[in-house]
Order: sequence, then C-alpha cells, then structure tokens
Amino acid sequence: MTIETLTARRLLCPLPVIRTQDKVKQLKVGDRLEVICTDPGVMQDIPAWCRINGHKVIEATSGNHEYTILLEVGSS
Amino acid sequence: MSKQRKAIALISGGLDSMLAAKTIMEQGVHVEGINFFTGFCVEGHTHAIREKDKAKPKRNNSLWVAEQLGMKLHIVDVIEEYKNVLINPKHGYGAHMNPCLDCKIFMVNKAKQWIVENDFDFIITGEVIGQRPMSQRKATMPIVAKESGADDLLLRPLCAKNLPATLPEREGWVDREKLHDITGRSRKPQIAMAEQFGIDDYSQPAGGCCFLTDKSYSAKLVDLWKSQGHKEYQLDDVMLLKVGRHIRPQPNFKLIVAREEGEGRFLQGYKNEFISMISVSHRGPLVLIDGTPSAEDLYLAAQITARFGQGREAEQVDVDVTMLDGSERTLQVKPIREEDMPKAWYV
Ligand code: SF4
Repeated sequence: MTIETLTARRLLCPLPVIRTQDKVKQLKVGDRLEVICTDPGVMQDIPAWCRINGHKVIEATSGNHEYTILLEVGSS
Repeated sequence: MSKQRKAIALISGGLDSMLAAKTIMEQGVHVEGINFFTGFCVEGHTHAIREKDKAKPKRNNSLWVAEQLGMKLHIVDVIEEYKNVLINPKHGYGAHMNPCLDCKIFMVNKAKQWIVENDFDFIITGEVIGQRPMSQRKATMPIVAKESGADDLLLRPLCAKNLPATLPEREGWVDREKLHDITGRSRKPQIAMAEQFGIDDYSQPAGGCCFLTDKSYSAKLVDLWKSQGHKEYQLDDVMLLKVGRHIRPQPNFKLIVAREEGEGRFLQGYKNEFISMISVSHRGPLVLIDGTPSAEDLYLAAQITARFGQGREAEQVDVDVTMLDGSERTLQVKPIREEDMPKAWYV
C-alpha cells in the first residue's frame, strides 16, 4: 500500500474533486491518498465523490482554514 | 438476451438533466453522468468563499444528482479547450457573455469522444425545445446534433417525441413511447415528473448553470478583455472576477477589494502575484491591484483602499503597500470621498 499526498490548496470546487479523481486513476486498490485543500466544500464533495465511485474516506480533518481528507482507493 | 445499452448523460446539476437521466435509467439502460468544468460553473463553493453565504448549501449539485440517481459521475476539466469556445463563438453570445449554442455543441462533442473511448452507445441531454432563447430552440436542436458530430446518437428524453427518432429509439434500445414531449419555458411538466419520480430536493439555479449568464460577471469579463487588449485568459483571472468588488479608476489598473473575511482569505492566496494594499492604522480589507499602476496611481489606490476600511472618515490612514518584488512601504493618505468615486469606476 502506498500513501500519496495531493495538494489542492486555493482550488475551488470542483477542481479538488477533479484532481482527486485524476490522481486516484493512477493508484491501485487499497492505496491511500491524502488531499489537502482550502475550499471547505471538499468536506462534502470528496466524500460524495468517494461514495459514488466506491472509495472509502478514512479521515476528514480541518483546522487553520485547511481541510484534509484521507481516502482509500476502492475496487470500482 | 439483448445487450445492455450504455448511455452517458450530460449532468449540469439542475433538474432537467437529472430527469433526462432518470427517464433513461428507468428503461433499463446503464447510465453514467458526465459534467464539464469550464471554469465558469456556478458552484455553491464559489459563493462559500464569502462568509455571509455560509448558510447556503455548499454541495456540488452534479455530484449530488449522481448520488441521488445512483450513477457514476465523471467530472472533466475542459478549462483549456473551453477558451476557444468563449473567445470565438461561431454562433455568437447570448444576452451576456454566454456562448450557449457553441458551448452545447462543444460539450456534446466531448461526450461523443467519451462514448467512443469508453464503448458507450449514446448520449443524453436534458434539453427542452423552447426552454432557452438561444440554445434550446427547435431550430438549434439539429445544429447541436450535427455540429457536435453526435448526430442521431444524441437523445433528448424530455422532448424526444417532438423530434425525429434517434438511433437509440429506432433500434429499440429505448422505448420512444416512454419518452416525453415537453416544450416551452414552463417548469410545470418537469416539476410534475420530479414528483412522480419521488425527487423533491433539486437545484434550480436562477441564473442558469454558469457565470457567463450573469450580467455583472460578464461586465467584469469584458472589462478584463478590454484592459488587456485581447481575449486570452487564465483560470486565475476568471476566478478572481467572481470575488470582491472590482474598481477601475484608470484603464491601466484596477483594484479588487475583499468584501469580507472569507474573500480576504481567498485573495490572500494571490498576494504574491499582485501588488497588494491593506490599511494598518484602521481595520480594512485586503486589496489587490491588477495592472501597471504608476506611483500616482498607487497613491489613488491607497486612498480608495482607505475608503473601504474603518478609517473612511479619518483625516489620515496608513496603508501598507506590498510590491511584486516583496518590498513594502507605508503610504499615509486621506481616504477618497464617496462623491469623488464615479459610479463608472465600479466594474
Ligand atoms: S449557460 Fe454557460 S454552461 Fe450553460 S450552455 Fe450557456 S455557456 Fe454553456
């Protein structure tokens, strides 16, 4: 399992989701991706995108105007 | 057993495309959604930059629609390719800077490419004849189908019965009888259909699906093009048009004034790319200066910056200026009076 980090600071929705989508395409089932954003909307959108596409949100945290989502790539 | 057909539905996040996709899913077709991000899409999140809009839902409507319908959604970044559509629309602009007909043709063409690459059978849109004055007229329907190259692989389930049968109908992949014949601007048939499907929470964006249909946004875009002398743009340029108050006292520079904290934080991210100003003797907003201001212009910009802070009535306000090379200095200015700021300065 690899853990990758994607920085999507300053990007507004839906760009963080698009960047996440594109990055996940390069990963394998079980890999983890940490996405760091500044748009609070990602707290809704990335989990929604994960639900639709069969990936799992492991953790979503926020602080200091940053929002970080750790997800695990599913098999869809 | 006959092969299960697959369709891609253009999903804008609004009700019509949702109903179109649902209509076809109900017929046993495998439907996935596709949404194109042009850089001008209206999203709850863009508003969410502003603190005062915090109560507004911040969901992405396309993702929400996909989840409600239980289908996958592919969000495609078309920012670069879309530039040509906006800069040179063959069919012209709508009421504002919206090149709707060219935009539709472009998106359906992208969807056509997508179905070829992904082995899907046809394309669905939520278009309704007569719904929109420019892009959704009976005369424009064949133009979109033809110029996009989708031809009769493009099915509009909401008004299909008013149009010639497409390949999916002729081949029996979908039952034409179960498609619809909606026309005109009334939303009643869609609302009734939503009720029938048990869909009660949907987005009906007043200004359509993108900023280009917005009068004040379009004015800012035209101002940007005029000031730079050409129509090229970067994503950051068009993002910044969504934020703050834009004031152009001279053709060679404009100010972007944060209207509140959320916008201030957003503009903060651009501080290294612009000259910036902030009042330090009194509370005031962050201001970015776009263009090539002279020393005199900077003084005027500082006076305007002071006007938007709490020192607006003060005799003197200290304004910190950070130049592009990072150097800083403080200008002591008297805030400009409201009556000395012509309305024409506000873009
Ligand atoms: S409103 Fe905007 S996104 Fe929608 S068709 Fe017109 S230009 Fe395209």
